[in-house]
Order: sequence, then structure tokens, then C-alpha cells
Amino acid sequence: MYFVLVIIPSHYNHCTNRKCLSVCFFLQQRNLEGYVGFANLPNQVYRKSVKRGFEFTLMVVGESGLGKSTLINSLFLTDLYSKDYPGPSQRIKKTVQVEQSKVLIKEGGVQLTLTIVDTPGFGDAVDNSNCWQPVINYIDSKCEDFLNAESRVNRRSMPDNRVHCCLYFIAPSGHGLKPLDIEFMKRLHDKVNVIPLIAKADTLTPEECQLFKKQIMKEIQEHKIKIYEFPDTEDDEDNKLIRKIKEKMPLAVVGSNVVVEVNGKKVRGRQYPWGVAEVENGEHCDFTVLRNMLIRTHMQDLKDVTNNVHYENYRSKKLAAVTCNGVDTTKTKGQLTKSPLAQMEEERREHVMKMKKMEAEMEQVFEMKVKEKKQKLKDSEAELERRHEQMKRNLEAQYKELEEKRRVFEDEKANWEAQQKILEQQKLDASKTMEKNKKKGKIF
Amino acid sequence: CLSNTDTCTRGGSTLLGYIGIDTIIEQMRKKTMKTGFDFNIMVVGNSGLGKSTLVNTLFKSQVSRRSAGWARDEKIPKTVEVKAVSHVLEEGGVKMKLTVIDTPGFGDQINNDNCWEPISKYINEQYEKFLKEEVNITRKKRIPDTRVHCCLYFISPTGHSLRQLDVEFMKRLSHSVNIIPVIAKADTMTIEERQEFKQRVRKELEMGGIEFYPQKEFDEDMEDKNDNDKIREAMPFAVVGSDKEYQVNGKRVLGRKTQWGIVEVENPNHCEFAQLRDFLIRSHLQDLKEVTHNIHYESYRAKRLNENGGLHPISCNDTQESNL
Repeated sequence: MYFVLVIIPSHYNHCTNRKCLSVCFFLQQRNLEGYVGFANLPNQVYRKSVKRGFEFTLMVVGESGLGKSTLINSLFLTDLYSKDYPGPSQRIKKTVQVEQSKVLIKEGGVQLTLTIVDTPGFGDAVDNSNCWQPVINYIDSKCEDFLNAESRVNRRSMPDNRVHCCLYFIAPSGHGLKPLDIEFMKRLHDKVNVIPLIAKADTLTPEECQLFKKQIMKEIQEHKIKIYEFPDTEDDEDNKLIRKIKEKMPLAVVGSNVVVEVNGKKVRGRQYPWGVAEVENGEHCDFTVLRNMLIRTHMQDLKDVTNNVHYENYRSKKLAAVTCNGVDTTKTKGQLTKSPLAQMEEERREHVMKMKKMEAEMEQVFEMKVKEKKQKLKDSEAELERRHEQMKRNLEAQYKELEEKRRVFEDEKANWEAQQKILEQQKLDASKTMEKNKKKGKIF
Repeated sequence: CLSNTDTCTRGGSTLLGYIGIDTIIEQMRKKTMKTGFDFNIMVVGNSGLGKSTLVNTLFKSQVSRRSAGWARDEKIPKTVEVKAVSHVLEEGGVKMKLTVIDTPGFGDQINNDNCWEPISKYINEQYEKFLKEEVNITRKKRIPDTRVHCCLYFISPTGHSLRQLDVEFMKRLSHSVNIIPVIAKADTMTIEERQEFKQRVRKELEMGGIEFYPQKEFDEDMEDKNDNDKIREAMPFAVVGSDKEYQVNGKRVLGRKTQWGIVEVENPNHCEFAQLRDFLIRSHLQDLKEVTHNIHYESYRAKRLNENGGLHPISCNDTQESNL
């Protein structure tokens, strides 16, 4: 009797070998007996990403004069907008425009292509209805570009220009959100990550700021606006940080391009007669929180949420609209009855048929036109003939007339000559008689 | 001194004796103190610019609409409303009936077309009321004056320039009421930013042909012109309002406490509130009323009477009681 020791691989449901660690349905975690080396994988990913460089698109929306350009300069410590190239808000716009500027930032070997999308003219007119439409159109067009790039045959280069984050600037009134703020955020919260900020926060005292923040969060919840939510991580420490950030939402920020001296240190700040408001001081404003969150900890998450949630929403809506009737547009794309490829084939066939039909139609039309033209030509030929005849007849008539006239003329001429002859004869006779008379007279 | 001397020559006059004409000032003062006077001030601007706080600070008491019982976080109304609240203030024996007219909802909607119309209507309605009283056969001894004497227009401290809405409003109303533009929440801007902003605003006001109070055309003499020129140069005043007091250098001052310092409302180095208050209350209060009565009201009246819209044509004898 032999007992065969069989080492059953882990993907079978059961195993009797003592070497297996546990009986379970899923992949088992095995202890390694030596150094394999795939712990290096994150480093490889990191190196590849660093070589490729990163892209990030940030959109800033708010009325003019809320310090958007200054805040961007402060966040990225570059003068994207300077005196020589003033920000869009320095130029007065009559309608809402969407302008983008790209800048390449390098730090520690990592390259970041930063695109800032600005919306000058937002909320500045007397009548601001639909001032959010250009913004929505811009975001949709970027998603569409990406969708087309994804569906292409050659996908080697897929630049990601989708808007990853939208900073919405709220004016520091101290009371609550304005109707414009609510409308805008309601329309954009499912297209892009919206992060509301309180601009020019040095206008508010700490108590006013607290009240204002509470009021804003209350209104945001009332109107069911979904602002960007920080994901919970497994790390407890991180979670504590995240909870602190969540309590401070919306972040009250102050921006400054100017460096002033405080207690011997040089800091970015705003110099007032009654003190200096420091931008990077956590007790003065939430700027450092915003910067850390936006750049140091959550940039990748913002991009992921844009890719997985907002872009997918857009994509499924777009593709569902394309498929014909019979498909419920509320179903997700996983439940569509036709896969996109088959759908494309059908479309192509339809397209070809349509082309054929159009061709046939055009041929018909062409033939008809040719017939018409021929008929017309015939008609005009007949007409020409008729006219020709008529002209000939006219000419003959005229000729006859002329002949008549000529005859008459000849007759007259003959008459006149005859008359002349008679006259001459008379004259001769007269002179003869005169001579006779003279002779006679002489005799007398 | 009211002494009666025979050989008195006062101040270069050629009076042979003391008559007592100068006691008229004392008589007027006594009368004013007895009757008191009215002052109606209107505040216009977006919500959250500190209008109510400023009015409270100006008159050092809780006179605004907010303090009179409306909640702080009341919802923004869908159309512009005009709400008036009256109080009687007394100082040094002089009684003033102060009416603060607030305009909630101005400039807060998404579509702000014609949001100035309810305000214009209100102002004209007050003129109409006064006109009707004047035209009556049996007139009241003292016609109650509800006309708007002064309109404080609050400019948002963006730091760039005036907004379209600001220009539209001021253009349309500068001919029917005295407009005093004011830069609100001036503690948003540093001193340099404030100067630049003021210059830009003044230029825009000039380009738009907006005549704010004190209007150049109503300066009566050189002295007035000089005084008013100085004021016009400094306008619009950049103000900060507050009704809380803090201790600064041993004194109690009105101010706003921030993490980096205390903004003193009445400190001329910090903001121009003191200038505005002196201008508005201590030197030009009576002038505001006079310009409203003699110029804005008169032009409204002339327009109305020329329309012959149902009013009896009255004779040119327009003696009226002085509306002190």
C-alpha cells in the first residue's frame, strides 16, 4: 500500500497535504523562503512614472477680484501671472471665457505639466444666467477628446487634458452661499471634483470664519451638492489628518506674491497697518492645508477619481445615447445588449447602405437633369430655326420693298428727265422766238 | 453778549446801536431742538458687504434692520425689497429721527437686470408723497419728510475695478438722489492696493459721467469748492465697520480682532471711517438735506408738473416751510 503524498496547488478547493497553510477558496498567502525581489515593483513603477512625467489640470472659477491668480502663484511658487503677463482677471471681459495656460514645473527630478484653466468674466455681468455653460462645455470637450483618443486604433500617445480638479472661490460675505454659487456647484459636482474655497479669508475674524464655514456646509448639504470627498485610508495617522481637513472644509485661503519680514523671518504675507497676515501660518488661514492636500497627498487621488468616476459617468452617458432605441439609458455599460464593437460594425454597415442609397438617388437625379437639358436644347434649336425663317422672310419682304422703291424712283427719274427735255426744248423755242422777235424788232 | 450800549460799533458795521439781529441763530437753534429733524439714509449693496454693521457704527447704536429683529442668516430674497426702519436718537438736546432704508436682495441674484428699479421706484414714491402734501389746499404745518437724503452705495473691494452693476446703478440714480460711494470691508486690502483701487474707481466714475455727492455743480462759493474738492479727492472712502470694542494701548476702541492684529475703526491710519463719519454727520448733514430738497426734489417736481398728470397747476408763489 502506498500513500502518495500529493502537494495540491492552492487553487484547488481542498487539500489534504499538511504543507498547505489553510483551506480556503481564495488565493492563499504564502511565506517566501527566499528573496524573490518583486518588492521592488513599486520602485519600478515610480521610475517609469518619473520618466514619463505627470500631468495635472486645475480649474479655478470665481468672480473677478477674489484673488484666484494670486492663489495660483502662491500654490505653485511660480509667477504664472505677473505684471508683464497679467492674469485674465486684470482684463475686463464681457462674456465668460475659458482660458488655459500650461507650465512645466520640475522638482527633485519629477516633472509636472501643470495646466491652469481660468474663467475670466464668470459672475461679473449684470445678468449671469448660464454663465456656467462655457465651463461645462469645456469640461465635456476635454472628456470627449480623451474618449476619442481612447477609441482610436493607434493609441500610442494619449495626452490627458481632462480637468482633474475645480477650485471654486466663494466671496467672503460672511453670510452664506449666493444663488450663483449654488447653481454652479449643483451643475458641476458630477462632472468634476469641486473643492470650494473661501477667498480673501483675511477679511474675516476667526469667529466669523467659523460661522461662515458652518453656514456654507449646511447649505451644501441642503442642496445635496457633492463636493470632493477625501478617501479614507487604512493608515490611522492619515485618517486623523483627513478628519482634521474635513472639519475645516471649506478651506479659507489667503494668497500673496509678496514676501514680508516678520520677527526676522521672511514669509509670504500681506502687510497691513495693524499686522501682517501670513499665508503659510496655519493659524491665520488654511492655505498650507490646501497646498498639502492638493499637491502633496491627494493629487493622484484627484486624478483617479476623475478617471474612474467623472470620466466614466461621461463615457457611459455618451455611449448610451449613441445606442439605438430599445436600450434603457439608465443601465450601466456592462448591461448593454450590444457590445461597443458590434455596435460599431452595425453602424458601419448602416453607413455603407446609406451611402449606396444616396449614390442611387444621385444617379437618378443626374439622369433626370440630363433629359431635361436635352429637351431644352431641342426646344431652343427649334426656336432658332423658326427665327431664322422669320428673318429670311423679313429680309425678302424688305428686298421687295426696296425694289419697288427703286422702280418708283426710276420712273420719277425718267419723268423728270422727260420734263427737263421739254423745258429745254421750250427754252430753245423761246430763245428762237426771241431772236425772231429781235430780228423782227430790228426791222420795225 | 447781548449788552445794549449806545456807542457800539460791532465788526465794521455801521449800526448806530445794537439791534440784536444775530440772536436769530440762537432762536433757530432753540426751535430746531424743540422740533428735532429727520434724516433718511439708504444703504445699497450686495449682501455681506457690512452695510448694517457700518450704519450701526456710524450712529453708535443698533439702528440697522438686522438689529431690529431680522435673523442674521435670513435667506436672500428673490427680488429686491426695500425695508425702512426708524429710530429716534438724541444727543446734546437735539432729537433726530433717523430712518435707515435697507435694500436686501440687491445684486445677489444670478440675473440682476433691473434690480435698481424697486429702489428707483421707492425714491420717486417718497418725492411723490411730499409733492402731494405740498399741493394740498390745506397743508400740514410740517410735512413729514420721508425723502431719501443720502444713498450710501457699497463697492465690493475686489481690488480691480467697478463692476458693471455698480456703474449701471450709479448712472441711473445719481440724478435723483445723493449717492455717496463707499468701499466696504476695506480691511481686505493693503494700503497700496487701496490707493490703486480708489484711483481706478474714481477714473471709472468720471468716465461714466457719474456725479456723486458732493456734486461739483452745486458748490456755492470758493470756500465750499475748496472744502468739497478736498473731500472729492479722498472719495470713495474705504471703511471698516464694527460694533465690538477691544482694548488697545489702554483705550477701548471699536475694532475687529484678527489673529495678526486689531483693526481700529476710528484710527485714520487703518481706514477712513472717521473721515466718512465727520463728512456725513458732522459737516454735511444739513447740506445733504438741502441738496435733496432744493435740487433733486425740485427737478422731480418740475418733471411731474410738466407732464400735467392730474395735479392742479399751482402759482409761482412757492413759499414753503423750512424742513429742518
